[in-house]
Amino acid sequence: MSGGLDGPAPEERPTPAGRRNEQGIRIDPEVEVTHEPRRTVISALVKHEPGVLAEVSGLFSRRQFNIESLTVGPTTDEDRARITLVVEEPDPGIDQIKKQLRKLVPVASVRELEPDAMQRELALVKVDAEDPAQVAAVADMYDATAVDSSPETATYEVTGSRQKIEAAIETFGQFGIREVDRTGTTALARGTDETTGPTPAEASVSAAEEAKQTKYTADDD
Amino acid sequence: MSERAATVSPPEEHTEEDAQNEQEPDARSGSEEPTPEPVTSGAQAVVRALENAGVEYAFGVQGGAIMPVYDALYDSDIRHVTMAHEQGAAHAADAYGIVSGEPGVCLATSGPGATNLVTGIADADMDSDPLIALTGQVPTEFVGNDAFQETDTTGVTTPITKENTFAADPDRVGDDVGEAFALANEGRPGPTLVDLPKDVTNADTETEPGEPETPDTYEFQERADPEIVAEAAERLENADRPAMLLGGGVIKGEASETCREFAIEHEIPVITTMPGLGSFPEDHELSMEMAGMHGTGYANMAITHCDTLLAVGTRFDDRLTGGIETFAPDAEVIHVDIDPAEISKNIHADYPLIGDADTVVSQLAEAVESSPEATKWRAQCQQWKSDYSMAYDAPEDEPVRPEFVVEALDEATGDSAIVTTGVGQHQMWACQYWTFTEPRTWVSSHGLGTMGYGLPAAIGARLAADDDQEVVCVDGDGSFLMTMQGLSVAVREDLDITVAVLNNEYIGMVRQWQDAFFEGRHAASDYNWMPEFDKLAEAFGARGFRIDDYDEVADTIAEAVAYDGPSVIDVHIDPEANVYPMVPSGGDNGQFALTEDQL
Ligand SMILES: Cc1ncc(C[n+]2csc(CCOP(=O)(O)OP(=O)(O)O)c2C)c(N)n1
Ligand SMILES: [Mg+2]
Repeated sequence: MSGGLDGPAPEERPTPAGRRNEQGIRIDPEVEVTHEPRRTVISALVKHEPGVLAEVSGLFSRRQFNIESLTVGPTTDEDRARITLVVEEPDPGIDQIKKQLRKLVPVASVRELEPDAMQRELALVKVDAEDPAQVAAVADMYDATAVDSSPETATYEVTGSRQKIEAAIETFGQFGIREVDRTGTTALARGTDETTGPTPAEASVSAAEEAKQTKYTADDD
Repeated sequence: MSERAATVSPPEEHTEEDAQNEQEPDARSGSEEPTPEPVTSGAQAVVRALENAGVEYAFGVQGGAIMPVYDALYDSDIRHVTMAHEQGAAHAADAYGIVSGEPGVCLATSGPGATNLVTGIADADMDSDPLIALTGQVPTEFVGNDAFQETDTTGVTTPITKENTFAADPDRVGDDVGEAFALANEGRPGPTLVDLPKDVTNADTETEPGEPETPDTYEFQERADPEIVAEAAERLENADRPAMLLGGGVIKGEASETCREFAIEHEIPVITTMPGLGSFPEDHELSMEMAGMHGTGYANMAITHCDTLLAVGTRFDDRLTGGIETFAPDAEVIHVDIDPAEISKNIHADYPLIGDADTVVSQLAEAVESSPEATKWRAQCQQWKSDYSMAYDAPEDEPVRPEFVVEALDEATGDSAIVTTGVGQHQMWACQYWTFTEPRTWVSSHGLGTMGYGLPAAIGARLAADDDQEVVCVDGDGSFLMTMQGLSVAVREDLDITVAVLNNEYIGMVRQWQDAFFEGRHAASDYNWMPEFDKLAEAFGARGFRIDDYDEVADTIAEAVAYDGPSVIDVHIDPEANVYPMVPSGGDNGQFALTEDQL
């Protein structure tokens, strides 16, 4: 081993008083802010062309974003498809998700929906039909529609919020569930509020605003 | 450059005067460009799109699926440099893009040609270098059938490109290439790829490509929010301990001059990141040089103790920040970046300024009305510069110190000389001991850390550089071995480059870590034996030199640099030399080690 330089050793150096948390925010010694994960719906309008879905899902796995569901479908504009994502991350993670999504070239706009946005999911639930009357009674409870029946099975379609679907599946569970398929959450903003987010340029401005907001909440709390 | 090199140069641009002196040859009328032949095939549309974009050079390797494109290139003024390996083609194009500021172009066939490009594309992606890769693909009807030399190239490269496209339509293929060009260059630069199935390039089409244009979904912001600019300006005016941190985005955004003027006007000490080397003259007294894992002690002290950090065009990479908790812990951060996703990704921005580096720093310059009063702070910075001087011992009777060789190379070449490197200790010594004074003179693999980058990068840099700029590759023995086949290209094209292999017969950087963190167990880091690089160079047809002692350093370097063609100096350095200062991964920048026992 050779080399090395002269100068005051580490323990002889002054050290600053400050510190940052793992999200890179300077810690106010009084109030240490940590962001808890929260569940939210993000809606993206994308170019309707092959490869876009792979690009979006690749982004989520590559950047280790926690994703609960992803749905995609065409819109009334034949050049655009809508992707709806349900994610669970702390605020800085949600901020990154939105920015990284916006950054993908085929993504036209991104928006995080308000908590009161309309959210619906559809599930097909196939159960053992030993007791058809009982099954039908449960189906009734959840406004489920019969889609198929055979001597051994009955299949129902349930639509609603994620909570409702989960409750329905749990209740159907008493009959013995053979198979389930769920679409994942689709969502639209309420009333005249538009689901389609700002264009990338508008988004940059709001991203800057949001980044500032984080600072102020960090200091104000 | 020598005469042979002139034959590979692109045709000089014709000035009015030239045109008048000419005897009105063939299609030329007055000073107008000759009208190009109309395109008749997809491949010709591809080449026409490159020509429209002003491409002068392309780097690549031939092969079945890309043959139609090469056939169309045959008639073009674009100079194609046949490389010895596709990885080299990507690195050469990448370096061409760094030095010229215009996207470099590389070509490869399908399958192994495309996968050989992958390292170079990933490298460009990590460093936001403008690069276009054109890959051949099996004919559309075979795609998905595991045909001969079929690879899902767009699939493989999606995570490492800014955007890629499978060109499915001969009438659109020219525009696909134009779009790739525009995207590689605009906003935050990056690599793009167009996958070209052979039936599409072979197909008849008369559709001329339009002007290179980004798709309608792509936009970026030029100017930052004036309100935040005003707040940031106020913060700077009132700073007690201001510092600027200039990253690679300063160079890519052509903001070096604006940043320099701003720093000098307000007397703010300037730190650079590794990709930011050259953005601020290191011989200026305000320069604290490079911060980070192997940054100078004074840069790391300044960054650790500043109270206001104006960071421009940097993504706060972990090799720069060390542990997040201890990074610039007292500083309010003003972050200027064109990519909103970089804002508060790693380090929270108190003043997020999204926009083009040059535009935003100009906005700031206008908004800042008075300079911060920081006389004491500046004196402190100067004190650190002397406390943590980079001076080293070089006893004459001992093996040659690598730092000495880097300084000698710097001295033997002009201010505008371009330095390329491999990855390892030699790269760090180049960062530390070369005095960078101009943007676009530092060409290295930062984010990906690709051994073997240096030689092909020197080839690309040479073709983008002015004739009076020297091009020097500071390489490691291990790195050189990875892509040295590129010497055949340098010799064939008669490129005036000087490669200095800092030969320690070690995977030196790994050996240094083993000594520090693995109890000196040299698992697979000791090469034990290396070819004689000077003789190897001669076998390729280049000039070979060798240095063993201090007294050979100056003269040998002078001779190699003066030689008008490729030369390789095998410099036998102190094999045990280590790079200091050092901040271990995730460590505290302010607690950098000056010697191994401080780690
Ligand atoms: C392609 C690639 N493989 C492996 C590594 C890991 N690595 C980092 S530095 C290094 C040693 C480089 O050896 P050399 O080029 O001789 O440089 P030195 O450190 O000795 O100056 C290695 C193997 C890398 N960076 N790139
Ligand atoms: Mg070595």
